[in-house]
Amino acid sequence: MGNRKHAVIIGNGIAGVTAARHIRKNSDMEITIISSETKHFFSRTALMYIYMGHMKYEHTKPYEDSFWKKNRIELLQEYVTDIDTDQKKVALQSGDALRYDSLIIATGSKPNKFGWPGQDLPQVQGLYSKQDLDKLEKKAPNNAVCKRAVIVGGGLIGIEMAEMLLSRNIPITFLIREDSFWDGVLPQGDSELITRHIFKHHVDIRLATNLKEIHADASGNVKSITLAETGEEIQCDVVGLTAGVSPNIDFLKDTSIETKHGVLVNRQLETNIPDVYAIGDCAEQHEGIGNRRPIEAVWYTGRMMGEAVAQTICGHRREYNPGHWFNSAKFLDIEYQTYGWVFAAPRDGETHFHWRHADDDKCITISYDKSTRLFIGINTFGIRLRHETMDRWLTEQRDVDYVLQHLKEANFDPEFYRHYEKEILNSFTSQTNQITNA
Amino acid sequence: MSETPQPSMSLASPDTYSLSNKQKLALSLGTIGLLILVLAFANFGLSANIWVLALALGLISTGVVLYARAAYLDKIPGIKNDGVWYKSISSRGILGWLTGVVLTSFYIVLYFYPNLLGLGVDGAANTGLIALFDPLSQLLSGRDASQWFVYGTLYTVAILAFGYKFMLKYKHNKYQQLRTGSVMFFQLGFAFLIPEFMYRLNSDLPYYDLKSMWPLNYYIFDEWSVKAFLSSGNIGLGLIIFGIVSVFVISPILTYKYGKRWYCSWVCGCGGLAETAGDAFRQLSDKSTGAWKLERWLIHTVLVFSVLMTTAVIYTYLGYDSNNFWLTKDLFIKLVIGFLTLVFAVIIIFKHKELGKDAKYGAIGYFVLLVALLVMHFTGTTEEVFYIKASSLRAAYGLYIGSIFSGVIGTGFYPILGNRAWCRFGCPMAAVLGFQQRMFSKFRITTNGGQCISCGNCSTYCEMGIDVRAYAQKGENIVRSSCVGCGICAAVCPRGVLKLENGALEGRINSNDILLGNDTELRDLINKQK
Repeated sequence: MGNRKHAVIIGNGIAGVTAARHIRKNSDMEITIISSETKHFFSRTALMYIYMGHMKYEHTKPYEDSFWKKNRIELLQEYVTDIDTDQKKVALQSGDALRYDSLIIATGSKPNKFGWPGQDLPQVQGLYSKQDLDKLEKKAPNNAVCKRAVIVGGGLIGIEMAEMLLSRNIPITFLIREDSFWDGVLPQGDSELITRHIFKHHVDIRLATNLKEIHADASGNVKSITLAETGEEIQCDVVGLTAGVSPNIDFLKDTSIETKHGVLVNRQLETNIPDVYAIGDCAEQHEGIGNRRPIEAVWYTGRMMGEAVAQTICGHRREYNPGHWFNSAKFLDIEYQTYGWVFAAPRDGETHFHWRHADDDKCITISYDKSTRLFIGINTFGIRLRHETMDRWLTEQRDVDYVLQHLKEANFDPEFYRHYEKEILNSFTSQTNQITNA
Repeated sequence: MSETPQPSMSLASPDTYSLSNKQKLALSLGTIGLLILVLAFANFGLSANIWVLALALGLISTGVVLYARAAYLDKIPGIKNDGVWYKSISSRGILGWLTGVVLTSFYIVLYFYPNLLGLGVDGAANTGLIALFDPLSQLLSGRDASQWFVYGTLYTVAILAFGYKFMLKYKHNKYQQLRTGSVMFFQLGFAFLIPEFMYRLNSDLPYYDLKSMWPLNYYIFDEWSVKAFLSSGNIGLGLIIFGIVSVFVISPILTYKYGKRWYCSWVCGCGGLAETAGDAFRQLSDKSTGAWKLERWLIHTVLVFSVLMTTAVIYTYLGYDSNNFWLTKDLFIKLVIGFLTLVFAVIIIFKHKELGKDAKYGAIGYFVLLVALLVMHFTGTTEEVFYIKASSLRAAYGLYIGSIFSGVIGTGFYPILGNRAWCRFGCPMAAVLGFQQRMFSKFRITTNGGQCISCGNCSTYCEMGIDVRAYAQKGENIVRSSCVGCGICAAVCPRGVLKLENGALEGRINSNDILLGNDTELRDLINKQK
């Protein structure tokens, strides 16, 4: 390895790869990325599109295979079994060990399992890794092999899995613990619109319903599930467990690296052990930054942590200091974007303005301060907004009236699309008037 | 791992990989229509009756329309790319290759063996397929059909029928619908009907598709063409002036305002066919940097070839004496060199920083052209340039570029190379417009801050083989000479990251090492260091 310092990164997801790229930009260090999942970096968010036939695995790689050599980033398809933080070595399953000067843990998440009977049967799976995708392809190739699938957990991965199975005409029963889809995160109006949209796709969606047990047939394959509330038994061939994810850090349990749910890090993304860092889904802040959760399992935050930690490793020690919150998703045919904070229920002193289009495929919710009218955040469904504009308005601390009057400037829909800003503003004005008149 | 489902023979059904009964019926109707054409081709005793032709074309169109309705009409609006990579036709499977072979054979026969289609030689009556089209041709222009009339009719039917399918597929997307309506209109009106009617009005006029500009229309400045225009009175003169104005004035202005898409995705017939009948193959374009390199060499070589060829052709039929005609060989060559020098100088003065290494290639291209023109001038005669006949140069261009590249490879290879191989690697018009787009257009595809998730749908469905994601994941706008502005990248993006826009030139090309949404101080610091 010569005299150059060696940065070892465990995990080749967006967090680890972003860190590697930025270390390369800022230094001449040796860089090795270790992953047992795949040799090359692929976009995890695109896994669904492989099953749906929109893309092949090759298309999901954000960089050509020659990129890594050109940028002197070593790729190692291996599994890390242990870390010796005293000797600064990682142990690999093959028996080899790798010395590091800086170590970044970026191992992402694993699907949650809540101890359901039958949760380890061969046709029960989450949807996170390339291996999960391959497994689904095998267990649910078509609706002759998989006559019905049950999805447990109404979140972002659950809805993606539903979209995947729908693309092959596989009937779905979708168990959602909440009263409406993702209503722990989305305000009622937004959540109900998405719930109705899922119904429109002929998904057998069961609200306020929990899984009790997964049953196997004589040969040990999934044959049905029963519901906790009614005891109803539903025949199925595949069960998707999509009730959230948690940090994928079991391999650290014998090390001295401090963990809680995830790897505990300070604002510089440093663990309790010098020269060991953690970023992405598997990192846990001692306290959430601002309104953020201590563990942020989101593509964008993984990337930002990668950008930040690379600075520290290259000698410009910095805090991970993310800007305004934003996120996006797609629920079947409806795109979702959010900027700033819109909580499921308004917090003290806040209120929500909700507008919904008559076609029931577009809506927005704006959160603002009741007394100061400060704009706090916006959710949009079926309408695209310009990130830059929303970010600037949040920085400029605009009030809700300004935002609604200027909403057209933030529109990012394709040319010739119908605009709804006037309708939205009118709706806001009449709702506000009703409140003042009441 | 297990393999994906068996490759399906389905053409477009978005949610199953087997055909519905409606689609089977539609396919049968279309096949019967095609069969009638095949019977005519085989001289199977079909009478050249306009109703037989109407039946054939009607069945084909009805087949496509019914198929599209079965596939999309009752579906919730949204992206309909399910199973694209599992279908044999759209993933270079057996059906894809077979279609490629059939299309390619058709083009070879069309360009090189029109007699096989039944073209009557030396005044003999048409037979076979071409005779079947005689009544329609008589109806429109009062003359018998040629192989080009047959081709033009089928081409127009394809754009109209598959245009309808495309509009249904993108029923939620106004931009897609409008531009498809536009190419359908220009094909039917400008490329098909108007030239036929013009012939009826004035049979001396050469076939002239008003929207087809030089250098795509490489024969407009041929001696026979220019003579025919000039001998058809004011209308002919008007048309040739329009031809010159559209290349040098109208097109740069429109490209400045809207990018080359105004032509390639809204007007052009090649683009029209690619976007409609070729839509199912857009994902087959090669996205590697190697292909990009090849593209830049190839398309600019074709452009240089076409400029040289046209100059040589015009040069040879011009005279030496300005008393006969004001435009002499001498003046013409000076004008061409002067124009090229002006363009080159302006680019180098104002854009050399932006171009970097490419400026060197541009300079090489310019000097090659300049030397070639000078050599031509000093060695050329009325017949020959570079010691070969200008007409041979023109014939070579017509054969290799006009026929083989644009037709046989460009369209015949849709199911193998994707639907825009000609537009991307060969079209000299696209090179000119692309150059304008890259240098001084307001058009760009804006990337939406930090919202990209690198999924790759944009790159996969870019028919021009642009790695859109490479820009989007850096938060960098896409300003590429090859972009035809079809807008599909923006349509298939699941996160609303891309938007086609016309805006200020300032800050059009940007790039960020740290994306929007992260630490603002860090962003400023890093982006300043660059």
